[in-house]
Amino acid sequence: MQKTSDVAQLAAITKRMRRTAIEMITEAGSGHPGGSLSAAEIVTTLFFDVLRHDPDNPHWPDRDRFILSKGHCCPILYAVMAECGYCPKDQLMTLRKLGSMYQGHPDVRFLPALEASTGSLGLGLSLGLGMSLAARMNGGKSRSYVVLGDGEIQEGQIWEAAMAAPFLKVDNLVAIVDYNQIQLDGFVKDIMSLEPLADKWRGFGWHVVEAFGHDIAALQNAFGEASSMKGKPTCILAHTVKGKGVSFMENNPKFHGTAPTREECAKALQELA
Amino acid sequence: MPAKTKYELPLGAATREAFGKALVELGRTNPNVVALDADLSKSTYTAGFAKEFPARFIECGIAEANMIAIASGMASAGKIPFAASFSVFAMNKGFEQLRVTAAYPNVNLKVVGTHSGISIGEDGPSQMSVEDLSLACSLPGFTVLSPADEISMIELVKLAAAHVGPVFIRAGRPKVARIYEAGQPFTIGQAIELLEGSDVTLIATGLMVAESIRAAETLEAEGISARVIDFHTVKPLDREAIARAARETGAIVVSEEHLADAGLGVRVAQVVAESHPAPMEFVGIQNTYAESATPEQLLDKYGLLARDVAAAARRVVKRKR
Repeated sequence: MQKTSDVAQLAAITKRMRRTAIEMITEAGSGHPGGSLSAAEIVTTLFFDVLRHDPDNPHWPDRDRFILSKGHCCPILYAVMAECGYCPKDQLMTLRKLGSMYQGHPDVRFLPALEASTGSLGLGLSLGLGMSLAARMNGGKSRSYVVLGDGEIQEGQIWEAAMAAPFLKVDNLVAIVDYNQIQLDGFVKDIMSLEPLADKWRGFGWHVVEAFGHDIAALQNAFGEASSMKGKPTCILAHTVKGKGVSFMENNPKFHGTAPTREECAKALQELA
Repeated sequence: MPAKTKYELPLGAATREAFGKALVELGRTNPNVVALDADLSKSTYTAGFAKEFPARFIECGIAEANMIAIASGMASAGKIPFAASFSVFAMNKGFEQLRVTAAYPNVNLKVVGTHSGISIGEDGPSQMSVEDLSLACSLPGFTVLSPADEISMIELVKLAAAHVGPVFIRAGRPKVARIYEAGQPFTIGQAIELLEGSDVTLIATGLMVAESIRAAETLEAEGISARVIDFHTVKPLDREAIARAARETGAIVVSEEHLADAGLGVRVAQVVAESHPAPMEFVGIQNTYAESATPEQLLDKYGLLARDVAAAARRVVKRKR
């Protein structure tokens, strides 16, 4: 794979990844388009610029770890991993079909290059913390990046991990909250408000960086700041738009967990042309 | 003083204490072994490991769910983590984490539940784990170990570390009878026949192994020849030992310090039904939670003594055709 820090190139890749994710979900007939689209820049920037990884050697012990804790948004992860060369592009359209390596939620049994099987919300930050602790014990450079959904952090275990990581002075752990404001039943502020969210993470001892999650340069800066932070973990509050890039999906709770129709897919691909 | 018999069992260490000892020994030989605890290290005996290997010990605070998932993350990154707590907290509060972060991805996690059963005594049911074998056995791919004494615990902890895949180890609070001599070989999944017998088989795990040996002594005096088998591994079950017991003795009693309708007994019954149907009786906790009292009083009240195993054996022998 060709890594790049060039914002225009990363933006172009991100647009293609969005198209692929939409096509995959349409072909599957079910899935979660909204959160795949909101996390697109985050995942692309990590895999194509930030992560120390090698698709030809996926189990390189000192690699950086990526965990999609909000596992339902796996289409964007599968699209990016396939683009990197971890897994075949020509099978992406088998998402959610019998025998597919592209399971409905990430499953290491089917796709061993994944770092974790996720889908049950609230577990990923603890897993990332464990991986970061192991890396520190080994004296390695490995860092762990965990993408959390905003609705997901209503889960109590997130805050157990949030309390533990700064106490343990883990600075090779980065939590990225995809703060797109929408969860399955509606708007986060109406279901269970998270605010004041930056204060909460700070209060737990994290270094907090707020960024517009569709601004690749801002994400690059945030990841850079996280890497230079010593003695504490970093939380990047990525302010995003659910369904970003497709007009009729943006800020529309319906597209949290509804696949587009063929017509909607065609329209979405036009918008993402 | 009763006469000293071949059944006399000396009092040994608690299995939790033996676990702590074994963990330190493992730490000395395998740098990949790490330990995690949730504010109970003095009770689970991970404190010894923490003292000798502070850099390889993670204190997680009172947050068992987080502990289990952190341990799974460490296992995924190549460590051999032993995460310990009271069994009731590790299994019940950590169950979702054991399912999704350990069993489902088949991660090399070792979870150790101490203070299992009702023999913890005065602390009462909120601290008593009577469902842990059921929960652990329900997880696909898990190996479930339930040692009866200090010797078996030490050997099984070593085997658990060498085994690749998730393992649950059940330990108890009180000092228990010593069943084995040092040097006794153990194999995961292979039950150990402690006494030969032809009229009935007494299958047991944990501290009920000693009670079953004592029951066999009583039964022998009555002319009933009882085979006693230690099921230190509850999953995978030694199906061959069960089928042979059913075939050769024609009656089986299963005893466990656990809910009788959810643990080793029902699992053995499934194998008996599939291999060689035979009458069975079950000694365990009967669809209830216990209470505060001394361990001795509780084992008496809830029917987990040699007396209860012997009574079940008499009943099952009568049912033989």
